[in-house]
This record gives sequence, C-alpha cells and structure tokens, in this order.
Amino acid sequence: MNAEPQKVRLATVWLGGCSGCHMSFLDLDESLMDLSEQVELVYGPLVDAKTYPENVDLCLVEGAVTNIENLELARRIRTHTKIVVSFGDCAVTGNVTSMRNRIPVKDLLTAVYQQARAPIGPQALEVLPALLEKALPLHQAIRVDVFLPGCPPVPERISAVLDALLKGQEVELSPPLRTFG
Amino acid sequence: MSVITLTLNGELVSARTGQSLLEAIRDQGVKLPTLCHLDGLSTRGGCRLCLVEIGGSPRLLPACTTEAVEGMVVVTHNDKINHYRKLILELTFAERNHTCAVCVSNEHCELQALAAELGMDHVRYDYLDPDLGMDTSHEKFGVDHNRCILCLRCVRVCDEVEGAHTWDVRGRGILSQVITDLNRPWGESETCTECGKCVEICPTGALFDQGASVGEMKKDARFLRRILDGREKRQWQR
Repeated sequence: MNAEPQKVRLATVWLGGCSGCHMSFLDLDESLMDLSEQVELVYGPLVDAKTYPENVDLCLVEGAVTNIENLELARRIRTHTKIVVSFGDCAVTGNVTSMRNRIPVKDLLTAVYQQARAPIGPQALEVLPALLEKALPLHQAIRVDVFLPGCPPVPERISAVLDALLKGQEVELSPPLRTFG
Repeated sequence: MSVITLTLNGELVSARTGQSLLEAIRDQGVKLPTLCHLDGLSTRGGCRLCLVEIGGSPRLLPACTTEAVEGMVVVTHNDKINHYRKLILELTFAERNHTCAVCVSNEHCELQALAAELGMDHVRYDYLDPDLGMDTSHEKFGVDHNRCILCLRCVRVCDEVEGAHTWDVRGRGILSQVITDLNRPWGESETCTECGKCVEICPTGALFDQGASVGEMKKDARFLRRILDGREKRQWQR
C-alpha cells in the first residue's frame, strides 16, 4: 500500500493587523475544502497551538511588526519556515498600523493609557509587550519570500498565491492583483 | 514642418521637428509612464518616470524634457530602465505616507495604479514617516500633504489654465510643499477662484473634495483637453 503523500505544513500568523486578512482567507469559502486536502494547518488563530512549530513549509504572516513579541515571533517564523509570505498591506507596507510612526512611542502610550478615558488604565502598560519605536513592514524585520499586498487581499489574490506555491511555481501576480489598498 | 527620423526600440520611425521625445514616442503607440506630465500643461520633468536610454548618453534622460532630434537612438524599455522606474516609485512611496487603504483616491489613484503596473509589490527602503499636515480650511476642497508627490500639476494648471496662480511651492528637496497664497490657509486665499481644476488633475489623493471618504474621490483630467481645445478653436468667444 502506498503511503499518503505528505501534506504541506501551513501556518497563518496574526501580528499587528486587524485580522481582516484572516477574514479574507476564510472568504475562500469552498476552496478551503480543496486546500484542506493539500495542507495541514499547524499554527494560527484558528489552531489551538501555543508555540510556533518547527518544520513549517508555508506561512502567511498578517500585520506589521509592532512590538517585541511580534519581533520574536517573526524571527522564530523565519527560522522554522521554508516560505514566508507577507500577507496583506500591514505586513507589506506597514499600512494603517504604521500610521503611529510619526508619533513618539512615549507620547502615544501616554495619550492612550494615561489621558484617554479608556476602560484600560496605566496598569495595562505593566503587562503589554513593549512597542517598537516604529511599526515595521515584515521584510524590515525578517527576510520575506513572497509579497501579497491588499487591504485585505481579496480571496482571488490569496488563491492565486497559494495555487502557485502549492504547485511549486514562482508567484507572479498580474497588475490588478498586486495593488496596495 | 520638417520631419526627422529616429530609431525607437530598434525600428526607424518619424517624428516632427521640435517634438519632445515623449510626444514622438507616444505617437508611435509606445506607452511611457508619467506622473508629473499632463498634455496641455508646461513640461516639468520632475517625476522621472519617462526616463529613456539614448544612444551616446551615459545616463538615462526624461523623454518629456528631451527634444527628439534627427538620428537619435532611443530605447524605452529594458531591464535597466525598468529597474530605475520601480526604484523611483519605491522612493516616492517611502518619502511620505501613502496609506492606500485609507485614502480618498483608493482605486482611482495614478500612483497606486502605476506601482501595480510597474511591478512594485513592496518598498525596499525605510519609510521616512514625516509629520505632514492637512489643510481643510477651504469650504469645498482639502489638501493632504502626506499624499502629495510634488508633481506640481496643481501649480501649473492654476497658473497656466485658470490664470489665478494660487498655488506655489515652498522649501527644497523632500521638504518641498505646495502652498496657497504665500502659505496662507487655502480657505483664506484671496486668489482662489474655487474652480477645482487643481483637485481634478491631482494624480493622488493629495487634493480632494470636502466630504469625500475612502475611495470616493474619482478624478477626470480629460476636462483640461476640452478647455484647451475650446480655447484654441475660439469656441468660448462670442
């Protein structure tokens, strides 16, 4: 009896983003069924795994690198992943997440946690991971293999990229599929 | 009008004496990207996207400000030129805060469209993240300097077509900024005629109609041709 072909080990990661890219991923709808036959989802918001595993073949990383936790995870992803995809505008350009970059971190935290009438107060600063001076596009923190822009990338873009990668082909998005925004 | 002959991408083609290379190239149906150029306005040569390779010149030259001359050997597209065009666009994106997802001109922006067309899928340079402001003091229009690429189409159309010269430029290099009436708020401008030509020909979301939300700002620069043609044919005179 032939052994079943080994599935591609897929991870999805949510760094400093709004999860819109993951929502768009879910919008693949019935294509997810086909995808599930080819991949094993080993890590992500939809998987109950606490630690980013080793030997990951393909990882979609959503969001900018905004704090030290993001940075540590991004580095671990790079070490343990064959193909890293910058997934969506926040990962590719910094996008909305990086709009804080013109404000010094100290002023930002003061405005949000000390001065604003928020349900969370200064005590939150004791447990929150320290913010980086600037929110970085993923490729400024680690080497990235494939860029998948869009806010969020529409399912057709995600399909185009996954199809190519799962077939072992180079990703070449047509101009309408590679716009920012 | 005398005719000249030049070599364009390996083929002999004709052009008219006095034509710019950009005109001559486009007359042959070859597409050249531009952002600062607009037919009907004076030539600026600022965006450098129409760079071409000319035989005998060690550097690339902008086609819009170079005159077509007899015997010229011109190449419009090759790896070197494509490399520099992409690089220019990446630097443009890195210089200000072009966050397409929250821009009034999202999906109707010449910069955004060109980036996709020229194969720019990310920016290799550090973003400068300047702290640039907005001026929404005008009743009808607004300007977001974060979106401005300094193409100066607004300055030229206001001066050359509307005749008001409300717009100008202050500062140098990347500190340059378009200003109204010697840097007074636009809403207090005494020269602005509220014609909206500057808004209509702005290639990005830098100039916009008040109240426009994300993706709502659709512009149509073709009105300029209609105005200029009308002037030329004296359609507006009784």
